[in-house]
Order: sequence, then structure tokens, then C-alpha cells
Amino acid sequence: MALNRDDKSPLFAPGVAGTLRLIVYLALACVLMVLDHRGGWLANVRYGLSLVVEPVYRIAGLPSQGFQAATVAFADRQRLTEQNQRLREDLLLANAKLNRMASVAEQNTRLKELLDTQHSLSLNVQLARLIGVDLGTFRHRIVLNVGARDKVQPGQVVIDARGVMGQIVDVMPTTSVAMLITDPNHAIPVTIERTGLRTIAYGSRAGDLLTLPNIPVSADVQVGDKLVTSGLGGRFPPGFPVGEIRDVAQTASGTFLSAQAKPAADLDRSEDVLLLHDLAESAGPPPPAPNVGPPSDMKPDPNAPPAPTLPAVTSPTATPLPARAATAGSPAGSTP
Amino acid sequence: MNRVRVRQLWFAATLLISLFLMLIPLPGPLTPFKPYWPALILLYWCLQSGDRVTLGLAFCLGVAADLFDGVLLGEQALRLTAMVFIALRFRSRLRFFPMWQQSLAVLGFLVNDRILLLLVRVFGGDPLPPAEYWISPLVGAALWPFVFLILDDLRARLRIHDA
Repeated sequence: MALNRDDKSPLFAPGVAGTLRLIVYLALACVLMVLDHRGGWLANVRYGLSLVVEPVYRIAGLPSQGFQAATVAFADRQRLTEQNQRLREDLLLANAKLNRMASVAEQNTRLKELLDTQHSLSLNVQLARLIGVDLGTFRHRIVLNVGARDKVQPGQVVIDARGVMGQIVDVMPTTSVAMLITDPNHAIPVTIERTGLRTIAYGSRAGDLLTLPNIPVSADVQVGDKLVTSGLGGRFPPGFPVGEIRDVAQTASGTFLSAQAKPAADLDRSEDVLLLHDLAESAGPPPPAPNVGPPSDMKPDPNAPPAPTLPAVTSPTATPLPARAATAGSPAGSTP
Repeated sequence: MNRVRVRQLWFAATLLISLFLMLIPLPGPLTPFKPYWPALILLYWCLQSGDRVTLGLAFCLGVAADLFDGVLLGEQALRLTAMVFIALRFRSRLRFFPMWQQSLAVLGFLVNDRILLLLVRVFGGDPLPPAEYWISPLVGAALWPFVFLILDDLRARLRIHDA
């Protein structure tokens, strides 16, 4: 074998690797880690290098894709027929529900228009597929096949048919990485649908559950309660299902209740996901109500150019708009 | 000349394959059982041709793995450098161990590696990982004889084929 090359490394002496070099490399690694943790310029380096990384992701995703294709190819006809039948029924049911909802939604829009709010029920979404890549075992991250070229931004919300999955944390030119809501570093503001109690659901360290560690002792929380996003914090739009309470117990200190919830989304089964395009409206005080009174073109306007009259079409909208834009842009809107 | 070239290619290819193996997902329940492939392959090369594996190479491989993983840059670089340093230090002795002792040594390396990873993550502010976190080194050690024999066999075949 390779014994002939070994003359210079004696059996019981340190020899080959110098301790000094080890120290240098370890220090270098530590510096890299600190720089990266602080989130400095390394993000740009990464974005550049992602040109190399992305093809690797695509290739590494091939086996799971192939596996899936094989499952479909070798699935027996019986099962496929059954599945097809079930999907048809589901579709029928969903369509029936949708038809009923459509009229309600229309009515809702009309009423909302009357109230002059900008909440809308329509979703502006983008379809994305998962790439089967393992980013470390206890990292709750997924890789999606859309990126900066598809106008994806960090912070966009990822949902599937059943609920919220997570949010985009890292965008590369044609792929992006999303953090799931079960990540221990993730928190999502929720309300309990039955009682309206607001709280925060954190990812948990063990397994695929959410924990709600600080519910007041006096609060009414039961097993089976549904959690929906509350829309506070301005990241997740309100009203999306998040999970279902599995058990409630007092914390060790006795000052809070702590609950465990199961995520509503199929975190480990979804193949296609949706990216919400419009971020939630920033929480904060609502915009001031538009002036009700005499039309604005009748009062003297100090900023108005000396032109005698504005065209009649633009003048009613001209006054409320600056007020709203000023509120939306103010920093006070970022905290609930 | 050509033979050296082929061997270098083979060396680089195994390292690349180890990175791919790291990225390829296992089906859900098996995920905690996934061994740390780059470490296994690097250890093999440490033992087989120690003059080719240096601390610098381990560092570069680690940085590449970090880039692919998309987590903290430098984390795996630190782990792999430390592991290669220890492996190179005890290389002459490790090579003459029988296979089961070598497996135990590899288990030691991998557990040490997990401890380093734990330190880095806890310093970075992550919570403590669950118990399944410690399964992976055991799987790695159990796989070691097979990795070693398969790679050795392939290497021998390449050389014969080439000569």
C-alpha cells in the first residue's frame, strides 16, 4: 500500500501538523464565524458565491426528485385511482365552498369599500417548489426554487394549503431559503381563534411543535383551540391558520401557562408552497379619517401653485393621499 | 504522470461527493441517523495518504461545506480543522489499529466534533439540541469499516487499471 511514502513520519512523534498552523486556522475560522454572525459584509460575499452553490443545490435535489418520480411511476393503478377519486371529491367540495364564499367575499369587499379600509381578501401569491436539500439535521430550513430573479425578498411569508409554514430568510439569484415556524429562533404573533387571546408562538427545540410559553394563568386556553396569525408586528398578515393547541400546562414557576401546538401546515410533506407577495400592513395607529366637510378645493391651499383651479377629477383624491402616505412611512408603524 | 493525475482527480472527486452526500436529504424519520460524510471521507484520506491532507485543505473543505449549508460561515471549517489535526497527529498509530479499534477512534473523533458543534451553536445563541443529536456519531463509527474498505478497494482498482 502506501507504506513507502511514510519514512519521514516517525511512529510516536507529532511531526506532520504544526500546532501553530492549527492555531492560525482555528483563529481564522473563529473570525469568520464572528463576522458572519454579526451579519456584516459576508452576506454580499455569499450572494456572489451563490452562483456556485445554486447548481449544487439543484443537483443534490435530483435524488429526492427521482425518488418521487419513481414512487409515482411504480405506484399501482388501484391506489392512483383511489387518490384521484379522493382529490376529485375534495375539489368538488372546495369549489362548492368557494362558490358560497364568493358572494360573501364580494359583499365583504363592498362593505370594506364603504368603510374605506384597504384590507383585501384576495391573495397576491407566487407558486414555488421545494428543492430536496438537507441543510443540517436540526435546522428547520427549506430551499425553494425561486429567488431574487423572481422578485423574492427576505421576509416574505411562505404558506401551504393548510397554514403558515415560515418566512424567507435568505435570497439567492434563483433559489431562496425559508425558515420554518418550528425553528427555535422563530416566533410568530398569533391569536387564539376561539377567545381572541393574543400571544406569541415560538418554535421548539424538540421536534416539530410550537410552544406558547407565556399565556396568562387566568386565560382560557383549551386543547384543540386553533391558532391564527394576529397580524401584529407587521410581518405575517392576519387570519392565516398557524396550528392547534395540543396540551396546556403550568410552567415550573407557576406564573404562566405554557402550551404546545401542532403546526397546521404540512411542514415535512408539502411539495408546492405559496409565497405571499404583499407583506402585512404595518401595525400601528390607523390612518386619519379623510376629511368630511366641504370639498377640499373650496378651502385655500397654501401649497397650491398659483394656477387658478385644479382639474375636478384629481382634486378629491389629492388631499387624503399625502396624509396616508405620511402615516405608513412613519417609524411608529413598525411596532404593535 | 497520468497516474498521478488520475489519483488527484479521484481525491477531489471523493471530497466533492462527500459534500453532495451531506446535502442529499434522507426520508423524514431517518434524518438524525445521517452521518457526517465530509468528516468520514477526510479521515479516510488522513489515514491513507497523510501528506495530501493538510490543515489548509480541511479548512477549505469546511468553508465550502458551510457555504452549501448556508449556516454560520466557518463553523465546519473549525470542526474539520480540529479533527484533521488530531487525526494527523495520531495517524501512524491509527493506521495499525485493527478495524474495530479504528472504528472506536472514529467514534471518538465524531463525538468530539459534535461537542465542538454544540459549543459553537450554544455560543451563537441556539438552544440545546435534543437527544437524537448524538446518534449521528454512532452511525458514522458503524459505517466506518465499510467506508474504509470500499474506498480502499476503489483506490486499488483505480491504480491497477491505470498502471
